[in-house]
Amino acid sequence: MAGTASAPVQAPEAANGSGPHQLAAVRVPTRTRGSEVRAIKVVWKRELIRFSRDRLRILTSLMQPFLFLFVLGTGLSKLASAGTHGVNLKTFVYPGVLCMAVMFTAMFSAASLVWDREFGFLREMMVAPVRRSSLVLGKCLGGATVAGFQGVIVLCLAGLVNVPYAPSLIIEVFAIQLLLAFTITAFGVMIAARVSQMQSFMALMQMVMMPMFFLSGALFPVAGLPRWLELLNRIDPLTYAVDPIRRIVFSHLDISAVARATLDPGVTWWGWHIPSVLEAAVVAVLGLIMLGIAIVQFSRAE
Amino acid sequence: MSAATSANGATATVAPEPSDSAAVVVRGLEKHYGEIEAVRGIDFDVEQGEIFGFLGPNGAGKSTTISMLCTLVRPTGGSALVAGHDVVSERDEVRRSIGLVFQDTTLDGYLTAEQNLRLHAELYGVPREAVGPRMRQVMEMVGLWDRRGSLVNTFSGGMKRRLEIARGLLHSPRVLFLDEPTVGLDPQTRSSIWSYIRELKSREDITIFLTTHYMDEAEYCDRIAIMDQGRIIVLDTPEALKASVGKDRVQIATDDDAAAIAALQSNFGIDATVAEGMVTFGVPEGEHFVPRLFAELGQPIRSVNVARPSLDDVFMSYTGTTIRDAESGATDQRRKTARLMGR
Repeated sequence: MAGTASAPVQAPEAANGSGPHQLAAVRVPTRTRGSEVRAIKVVWKRELIRFSRDRLRILTSLMQPFLFLFVLGTGLSKLASAGTHGVNLKTFVYPGVLCMAVMFTAMFSAASLVWDREFGFLREMMVAPVRRSSLVLGKCLGGATVAGFQGVIVLCLAGLVNVPYAPSLIIEVFAIQLLLAFTITAFGVMIAARVSQMQSFMALMQMVMMPMFFLSGALFPVAGLPRWLELLNRIDPLTYAVDPIRRIVFSHLDISAVARATLDPGVTWWGWHIPSVLEAAVVAVLGLIMLGIAIVQFSRAE
Repeated sequence: MSAATSANGATATVAPEPSDSAAVVVRGLEKHYGEIEAVRGIDFDVEQGEIFGFLGPNGAGKSTTISMLCTLVRPTGGSALVAGHDVVSERDEVRRSIGLVFQDTTLDGYLTAEQNLRLHAELYGVPREAVGPRMRQVMEMVGLWDRRGSLVNTFSGGMKRRLEIARGLLHSPRVLFLDEPTVGLDPQTRSSIWSYIRELKSREDITIFLTTHYMDEAEYCDRIAIMDQGRIIVLDTPEALKASVGKDRVQIATDDDAAAIAALQSNFGIDATVAEGMVTFGVPEGEHFVPRLFAELGQPIRSVNVARPSLDDVFMSYTGTTIRDAESGATDQRRKTARLMGR
């Protein structure tokens, strides 16, 4: 790349001179891996710039997690205190809320693709001499970063729900949040490739996200469920993000063995306890599959 | 006006290239969407350094053609080379060599003008050290350098279009495609856009390919192709096209229009009508006809007006309709007009 980047560039001062002047031409080198990386980076960066401009979005996407954590968590704690063996209900729902915080922001990131199409900007990206896969990847990484930022805000509240600020806890939880954010963005981008109307996109996402959240075990322990609910819970991808986060959080709590067994039973497949690493792998693989589908769809589009 | 002449004068300074390296080469290009034939096999070349205009009513196939040349739409037949690259098999090479300004804005309104341009530079792989100076040049050219830090959402329609032109030039394309660059803009902004386009030609080694349905703007092109119903009807310089119409339009004001029309018929064999409140007719070389008219008409003439054929007349003579009527899409209207005009 460096070899071809030899355009005779006119000094900017000369451009101030009066009268017509020759514009210096730049020579655009042929496509290399470097130019794809630049494309990924700039799409990612755009996501960050737009997010930082949109303060309202930062606030509104925190609304729902806060409602669940402080209103539902506080309000139901009296009812639930008998079953939680002394553990605060807010502490119990906290892992689910950590996931929720990134989910909604990631979804909004993907939704912006629908706006981009409507306002024409998508065209500017689609006609660029770069691979569509670079654009999609940049978008998904951008969505994941922005959502990760929301996740950190909720992570900062750990102290309010009796969860210690242990460095290992913060790092591990954040890693899973990023992974989840990437997967959700990839899912949203995959849908956005097909759906061209904002209303339909939002309705579709709500239709998927709410059941996903409720079935995931964010609000209840995943052991001893009725068969149908257990089945749905195991199918739900979010289950495999909530469970490892809960395991990490609970490993830093000083609680009774009974409470631990009741509240953090761990997800099982036919009686086998799935290790956290495998759970994270489930989320990652799903994300990669959806990323792949999104890339194929965007590459086909004219 | 002087800008136009200097722009024309610069044609000769375009770097000498082998004659076979036309900027755009189109052979038998076709596009149909199911039953609908949007473009029905067109052939033309655009020379390097030319301002080439595609003129025609909406729905004539101009935008489809431009989309095919920009690799956005796959042709269903024929071939096209842009800057020496095939639009189907060498899509990326074509994309790197062209700049695009669409009818609808493709800017990100939530970014600043500068951020929009930087994003473009990154996507097109403009060498990093060249981005800053080049960006300044293109933004100064369109008079937006001072507004570089403003959000694009705060820009007027004309400013957005200017910014898009600047962005389209950022990576020094060989061919700049402008699809209806002035549609929806007020007359003042339209003329400023045109002064940038003409200035461009004198400054950069660039070929400009544009579509328009404004007749007055087509005059600025070096050559124009008139397109109607998916076909190119005629392709030539505006002057040659106007000359091909052959007749100037003469209008006279008289005290007795009916008598004047009768006298024109009997003395010169000319059919005249009343248009715009004046007796109107077409003759070859109108200015030579006027002295004869005064000498031989036998009716008092209060004033006379001789006009060269406009591109409106050209369009009318080749398609049998005015471009405005063609846009209304009323075929019966078209036939009626054609009959009235006796063409």
